[in-house]
Amino acid sequence: MIYLTLFLEFFKMGLFTFGGGYAMIPLIEETVLKYGWLETVGFSEMLGVCESTPGPVAINMATYIGSVQGGFLGSIVATVGVVLPSFIIILLIAAVLKNFTDHPIFKGFVRGVQPVVIGLILSTGVILFAKALGYVSLTEFNPDWISVIILGLLIGIYWLALKVFKKKLSAIQLILISAGLGLGVCGAQALIV
Amino acid sequence: MLELFWTFFKIGLFTFGGGYAMIAQVKETIVEKKQWMTEDELVQMLAIAESTPGPIAINMATYVGYKRKGVLGSALATCGVVLPSLVIIYVISLFLDAFMRFQPVAWAFTGIKCAVAFLILRAGYGLFKKLPRKVLPMSMFVVVMGIMLALELFSVSFSSVFLILAGGLIGIVVYGIMGAKKGAVK
Repeated sequence: MIYLTLFLEFFKMGLFTFGGGYAMIPLIEETVLKYGWLETVGFSEMLGVCESTPGPVAINMATYIGSVQGGFLGSIVATVGVVLPSFIIILLIAAVLKNFTDHPIFKGFVRGVQPVVIGLILSTGVILFAKALGYVSLTEFNPDWISVIILGLLIGIYWLALKVFKKKLSAIQLILISAGLGLGVCGAQALIV
Repeated sequence: MLELFWTFFKIGLFTFGGGYAMIAQVKETIVEKKQWMTEDELVQMLAIAESTPGPIAINMATYVGYKRKGVLGSALATCGVVLPSLVIIYVISLFLDAFMRFQPVAWAFTGIKCAVAFLILRAGYGLFKKLPRKVLPMSMFVVVMGIMLALELFSVSFSSVFLILAGGLIGIVVYGIMGAKKGAVK
C-alpha cells in the first residue's frame, strides 16, 4: 500500500537525517531509486524545484514525492512521516530528557555520525556532477557538451561574483542563473542545428 | 496560540534555501521582535536542533512551540512552518509534468540540473571544511566516500542508514566510552 510505504520510508529518513536538509538528499535518492518513484520528472529536477521554493528542503521533497506517488493524501502522509521523528524527539528532549544532549554517549554518537554524513553528501554531489557531465555507468560515458558548457559558465559566474564582487551567490540565485544559462545554451543550439 | 502558528507560518513562507537560512529568520523574529527566548536559549536550542535527527527547521519550531505553550504549542508551530511548503509544492507537483513538455522549460531544467549538482558539492565542501583535521574523522570520511563511489560504479544498492549507524557506533565507542574513561583517570 503506497500510503504506508510513503509514511514508513519518510519516517525512516526523518529519523536518520542528522544535520539538516542536505543530509537527507542521499537517503531520498536511494529510496527514490529503490521504488522507482519520480519517473517522468527526475531527481535533479525535483531538487531544483525544492531548493528554489520557500520552506525546508526536506519538507519540500517529501511533499513532492508524496504527491507524485499518492496525490494530495500522499503528500500529507509523506510530510507527516518526515516530520514526526523530529517532533517526538525534540518534545522528549524539551520535556523529559533535559540534559540528554550533554550525555557523553549521545555526544559520541553525534561526533561519529558527522564524518559519515559529510561523506554521503559529498559523494552524492560528485555522482550528480558526473551524471550531469554524461556519466552513465562504468563502461558508458556520453559526454553531454551542453551541460559541460553550462557548468563551466555557472562556475565562472560564481567565481567572478565571489572574487570580484565579494558576493556569495545564494542557492536560489544560482538556480535562476542556471535556468537562464540552460535556456540560452539549449536555445542557441536549437537555432544552429 | 494562534500567534505561534502564524509566526512560524511566515517563517516557513519566507525562507528560501532550507534550515540554515531559517536560523537568521528565527533569530530576528523570535529573539529580537517577539522576545520569546534569549540569545543564550537560542544558541542552546540550535545545538539541540543540529545534533538531533530531522530537518533543523522542524526541530526549532517544535522546541520553541513547546517552550511557549507545551505540546499543543509545539504541534501548532510545526504545522505552521510546514504548511506553506506543503501547499506550494503540492500545487507545483500537479503542473510540473505538463510544464516539462514545453521545450523552454526542459531547457531551463538542463541548466538547473547543473546548479543542483554544484549546490550539493558546495554544501558538502562547506561542511567538510569544518570537520576536525584528525585521523579518525578524516579516515571515516574517506572510507564513506570510497564505499559510496564504489557502490555507484558497480551499481550496487545499499542503504546508507547502515553507514550512519556504524559511524554513530564508532563515535560512541571512541568518544563516548573511551573519552569518559580518560576523563575519569584525570
